[in-house]
Amino acid sequence: MPAVQETVERVRAIDVDQYKYGFVTDIESEKAPKGLSEDTIRYISARKTEPEWMLEWRLDAYRRWLTMEEPTWARVSYPAIDFQDYYYYSAPKAAPKSIDEIDPEILKTYEKLGIPLRERDALLGIEGASGSRVAVDAVFDSVSVATTFKEELAKAGVIFMPISEAIREHPELVKKYLGSVVPVSDNFYATLNSAVFSDGSFVYIPPGVRCPMELSTYFRINERNTGQFERTLIIADEGSYVSYLEGCTAPQRDENQLHAAVVELVALKDAEIKYSTVQNWYPGDKDGKGGIYNFVTKRGDCRGDNSKISWTQVETGSAITWKYPSCILRGDNSQGEFYSIAISNGHQQVDSGTKMVHLGKNTSSRIISKGIAAGHSDNTYRGLVSAHRRATGARNFTNCDSLLIGNHCGAHTVPYMEAKNASAQFEHEATTSKISEDQLFYCLQRGLSQEESVALIVNGFVRDVLQQLPMEFAVEAQKLIAVSLEGSVG
Amino acid sequence: MLEIKNLHASIGDNEILKGLNLTIPDGEIHAIMGPNGSGKSTLSYVLSGKPDYEVTDGSVTFDGQDILALAPEERAAAGLFLAFQYPIEIPGVANMTFLRAAMNAQRKARGEEEISTPDFLKLVRQKAPDLGMSPEMLRRGVNVGFSGGEKKRNEILQMALLEPKLCILDETDSGLDIDALKVVAHGVNALRSPTRSMLVITHYQRLLDHIIPDVVHVMHKGRIVRSGGKELALELEESGYAAYEQDAA
Amino acid sequence: MSAMDAPVRTPLRPVRTAAEEALALTLQATLDAEAGQGRIGEVRRAALDAFRAHGLPHRRVEEWKYTDLRAAVRDVPPLSTAPDAAAEAEALALVPSVPDAARILFVAGAFARGASDLAALPEGVAALPLDSAIAAADPLADRIGALSPDRYDAALALNTGFLKEGLTLHVDAGARVARPVHLAHAFPGGKPAAGFTRTVIVVGAGAEVTLVESFSGTVGVAYHANHAMELVVGDGATVHLVRLQEEGDAALHLGTLMLEMGRGAKLNHFSLAQGAALSRFSVYGRFAGTGAQGSLSGVTLARGRQHADTTLLLDHAVAGCESRELFKTVLADASHGVFQGKIVVRRDAQKTDGRMMSKALLLSDAAEMDNKPELEIFADDVQCGHGATVGALDDKMLFYLRSRGLPQAEAELLLIQAFVGEAVEQVESEALRELLMDRMVAWLAKRAA
Repeated sequence: MPAVQETVERVRAIDVDQYKYGFVTDIESEKAPKGLSEDTIRYISARKTEPEWMLEWRLDAYRRWLTMEEPTWARVSYPAIDFQDYYYYSAPKAAPKSIDEIDPEILKTYEKLGIPLRERDALLGIEGASGSRVAVDAVFDSVSVATTFKEELAKAGVIFMPISEAIREHPELVKKYLGSVVPVSDNFYATLNSAVFSDGSFVYIPPGVRCPMELSTYFRINERNTGQFERTLIIADEGSYVSYLEGCTAPQRDENQLHAAVVELVALKDAEIKYSTVQNWYPGDKDGKGGIYNFVTKRGDCRGDNSKISWTQVETGSAITWKYPSCILRGDNSQGEFYSIAISNGHQQVDSGTKMVHLGKNTSSRIISKGIAAGHSDNTYRGLVSAHRRATGARNFTNCDSLLIGNHCGAHTVPYMEAKNASAQFEHEATTSKISEDQLFYCLQRGLSQEESVALIVNGFVRDVLQQLPMEFAVEAQKLIAVSLEGSVG
Repeated sequence: MLEIKNLHASIGDNEILKGLNLTIPDGEIHAIMGPNGSGKSTLSYVLSGKPDYEVTDGSVTFDGQDILALAPEERAAAGLFLAFQYPIEIPGVANMTFLRAAMNAQRKARGEEEISTPDFLKLVRQKAPDLGMSPEMLRRGVNVGFSGGEKKRNEILQMALLEPKLCILDETDSGLDIDALKVVAHGVNALRSPTRSMLVITHYQRLLDHIIPDVVHVMHKGRIVRSGGKELALELEESGYAAYEQDAA
Repeated sequence: MSAMDAPVRTPLRPVRTAAEEALALTLQATLDAEAGQGRIGEVRRAALDAFRAHGLPHRRVEEWKYTDLRAAVRDVPPLSTAPDAAAEAEALALVPSVPDAARILFVAGAFARGASDLAALPEGVAALPLDSAIAAADPLADRIGALSPDRYDAALALNTGFLKEGLTLHVDAGARVARPVHLAHAFPGGKPAAGFTRTVIVVGAGAEVTLVESFSGTVGVAYHANHAMELVVGDGATVHLVRLQEEGDAALHLGTLMLEMGRGAKLNHFSLAQGAALSRFSVYGRFAGTGAQGSLSGVTLARGRQHADTTLLLDHAVAGCESRELFKTVLADASHGVFQGKIVVRRDAQKTDGRMMSKALLLSDAAEMDNKPELEIFADDVQCGHGATVGALDDKMLFYLRSRGLPQAEAELLLIQAFVGEAVEQVESEALRELLMDRMVAWLAKRAA
């Protein structure tokens, strides 16, 4: 996709302190009053012209949230968050009815980001080198501004639309599945999201359908002091397949912005969902000022027999990342996968990993995690693999490797392994090492610069995971890795 | 010695042996040849009682005794020995400890006296050099760090020590160079006796140059489809299994 | 994140359960009666304050997430009293015999002078009962608490609060001590008691010594054994430390090893845990001198409803040290095994080489194993790794053995022996390896019977 290539070109030559996506789009927006109360929630619900049941669901979540405490177990530290100091809803003032009515400023923003919003642009993409097409749903602050390829997807029976629309148009599906993977009171941030989520994507793949193209959402936080609470719900009905891509950016701001998303995946019998993320939220400047707090709950439920959910993530952004994309392996023979690259530089703090919960018979899971810590960052892998009493024949293989670059960062590994079944077979291995002097010298001797050499070696280190990404994302991710490590050596 | 009648066996839902008949009289060496996937290794596992395989029909009589109801160790004590195609590595269990435990377990099952330590050591020292098994290999964990050829030699050493009535050799030639093949064949031939029978499973004829069979069977799709003298092996070497593939198609 | 949902900080809260109340009261009474104004008195009072603040740990305390002591400790038996000759004789009958060793005996936590070879210790070794050492202002007594970890540990807090019985042991610099010293702890008799012992051991520079600790007690008696050792391995010294935890099957065993390794020091530690209804063995190891090498290995055997926890915290504070950990756990019936191992490499501890492995064998569907190996690395030029596996006996190996005529039970036994054997191999002394294997085989034979 040329658009991605362009992104890549532009990404080049940016160092860690010059976040490429740090521009602000100057458009008129409509915001809910600052702070959080039942009124804020009623305002959001009304703005979305939601049915009564949805409002009740939100209010219930809000009341539960009031009784909850912020989790403190992760290896991250940040000043107390004043939840009354955020805007919980922000939308471009003129609500677009079709893509042609979208504020040209927003379109320009997405062009800058390399997201082809207009189908025309996307179609041009077909003729590009990679020859694939991606349907895009773009979420700007709190609302979804455009969904491309809608018609073509509809022909296949695929529903791909903003979740705010799905609540109105497919209430039966939303009611059935929303909160069924991540319960309303699952954790502090998920509960907050349940109360105030503004938009996000909804995907339903009907039985037996292989989604004809990759689906993608691009998230962007634009407004100052705005929290983004998107909610994604993907349902793969029996025997279906979908590959979903997610990308994120935010402007450069001095204050910390809050992002607390919830993603729920449901794979029914014989279905497969592949979910890829390139997370490149603003990480803060080189002194650790500003940046996104990325507190995300992502969970997939392999509800049917022989189902499969695969998470792949490339995490290079955010000041703080708190994120554990997980799989509940409920169906017999179901499979879960987690492939992760987490790179931290500057003063970034990453606490990320996964949970593989084996409930069904003969379930299997695979975890490959590559953590790279540079600068003054801390990078933690935290993971849980558990086999319940009835999960006979559960299998897990976990490999988590960490690489430290420089002597002011930290790399940590905290795996939990709980086996309650004699036939479970779990294997876990973890290593921590540094870039070998010999490898580095070899590259330097061949004429590569120090930074190029490090990028090259790191790319080799994370190759197992990069291979899991769809082609277009893999190229972009590779460049992002180089960019995020700039300034880490020398 | 061994009489197999209408043997049907499956693994999971997949039937692999589909009515196999085979009789091996005392003292004879029978070879089973056949293309990959014809069920040769399955036959060896079913005869030795591997738990994953289910016999759905037919009978196997060994020395007049129905062995299908017996546990693997009871079959071993009755005198049935399988030389595995891929002998497994068992770290931490020294080869010597294992050999002695196996000998004594079989003796005990047959109501015989256990072998004394000096007698056992004497026996091993007598048999191991012929097979090129060094004392160091005997001290190591069972098959741990052994090359393909060493593993096969270890199988034949066990055969020599346990003195079974029926030896099943499952693709014993696979992964062996010609010198190793000769050592192994020599070890097997040394065990030929009028009271001992052998079932040699192989894909290639070359092993049968060194272990001369009395009867050669061709196995295909879970059945014996042809039997003949040792010249049948040569014929197969020339024409291959293509004819059988076509018959089946 | 419910399963990982354990707070890093323990909230301050008052003592809550009846057992906690009873422990705090007994502790207060004991302190009122015993603790003087000296440093030891202060240390003990501080431990009581800490216990009052934090109490017994429970599932939401991260380090105890798999061993809920607050739920497990319901009754607190009375403190043990000084043993008489009959108790000493009964205790001796429970103690395993260690070939050629000089023995020091503790009965229900209290020093048993009559049954200890205090005067006949090997050359270069000097020991004093803890109370005498404190009274005589022995320099070793002054070190009590010096190796305490930064974090609150309830087992250790109680041990410190009740600190009275125990031993100081010193090995002279350069001494090569051939005879092992056996520190035997036994709880005889039919009445449950609670005993607390502390041993402080300093091994001088360049010395070499073998220490065997054993823990045993009457079957079916719910006594509480709480033992802590502070061990300083001096520069260039070598310590072989074997621990046999074979408490009675109804006992509670809380063991703590605090360890400091000097420059070029070597420790070869093996721990066998097969007794007690609930046991926890915590190691706080600090590599304080460059080039120190620590090998810690162990085997846990559990059956019935036994719960056995091994938790290691190895702190690489300086550069160029090496640590090796290999732990094997065999779980039968409805037993529960826990292994937590954390390697910390501090900013300046470059060239650290740390490897940790935990392997568990589940013999029953009702058994449970929880593994939590951890790495916390702040230096970039290190080689650290950990591995963990859980599984059943290998079907293919079992079939191979059975096809050679070994009955199922015998084949299993052979494989289990091989499984634990790998850890026992780490012990250098052949006599001690044999002793360990014998005790394990006896356990396995009992299980099979």
